[in-house]
Amino acid sequence: MGLLDQRFENGNVFITSLENLLNWARLSSLYQMQFGLACCAIEMMAASASDFDIMRFGIIPRATPRQADVMFVAGTVTLKMASRIKRLYDQMAEPRYVISMGSCANCGGPYWEHGYHVLKGVDRVIPVDVFVPGCPPRPEALLEGIIKLQEKVRKESVVKKSA
Amino acid sequence: MTAEEIYNNLKAKFGDAIVEAKLDALQPWIVVDPNRTKEIALFLRDEPALQFDSMMCLSGVDYNGGKLGIVYHLFSMVHKHKIVLKAHCTKENPHIQSVSSVWGTANWHEREVFDMYGVVIDEHPDLRRILLPYDWEGHPLRKDYKVPEFYNGMKVPY
Ligand code: SF4
Repeated sequence: MGLLDQRFENGNVFITSLENLLNWARLSSLYQMQFGLACCAIEMMAASASDFDIMRFGIIPRATPRQADVMFVAGTVTLKMASRIKRLYDQMAEPRYVISMGSCANCGGPYWEHGYHVLKGVDRVIPVDVFVPGCPPRPEALLEGIIKLQEKVRKESVVKKSA
Repeated sequence: MTAEEIYNNLKAKFGDAIVEAKLDALQPWIVVDPNRTKEIALFLRDEPALQFDSMMCLSGVDYNGGKLGIVYHLFSMVHKHKIVLKAHCTKENPHIQSVSSVWGTANWHEREVFDMYGVVIDEHPDLRRILLPYDWEGHPLRKDYKVPEFYNGMKVPY
């Protein structure tokens, strides 16, 4: 039996700080804004499928930004798409997090020089918490990014916003 | 039917509207008058001996030096023969007649040519940009295109 189970079993009482409880709840149910942009989205889908099973981290795709906590920007952000991404981000309720997945979303990727239509990094329009490098990153890399984000959320404070 | 025969057919029917041809190329091509593409296309589709019922591809080209064009790859499902049609225009007067009433496939392809090369497709039912946003300036696949510094407040260059 793990530590947590025992704590629950001993009279159904356990003591923690409110901050810890909130952070634990948040990091264990990071609902995902469900959308993908290019080839990286295929790897994101692979991460959601049975082999990698993203749901064990509490990540459930939601089809509306109102219910989402984290946005995976998986793929090439064109200038046409950038304003839509900004709007989707604005529609998400706080606290909200962004994982930029792949070279395209990080810095323009293969389109950095001749991509007149590509935004060179999604951090030019919305704040990014975790950058996952790769073209495309393997699903494991995305999972690593998620764990990094969870670490970040774990350290958050109720009174002071960390980022 | 060979490219030679197709060319002779067209030449007999349209005379001056058939500008130029290269029939010994790997894909034999015929250059036609950009203002008469529609009737030529209609003839190619409906003439029983030709029956080009399938337009495989429609592409825009910037030939450099102020010359633009459209290349049409045609195929006949009935006779199993192919031909390439070309229409040229200049940057000063970029007008080519639409063939979307002849081959429905052409509709979006022509919008793409308009979007990327700024060739105005005359008589097109719905000539809008298809890929780029409506407020985009310029036509990016032209050789003299310069990438803008900003688009809607977003910096474009790396
Ligand atoms: S980073 Fe590579 S794999 Fe990912 S969207 Fe860009 S080109 Fe595709």
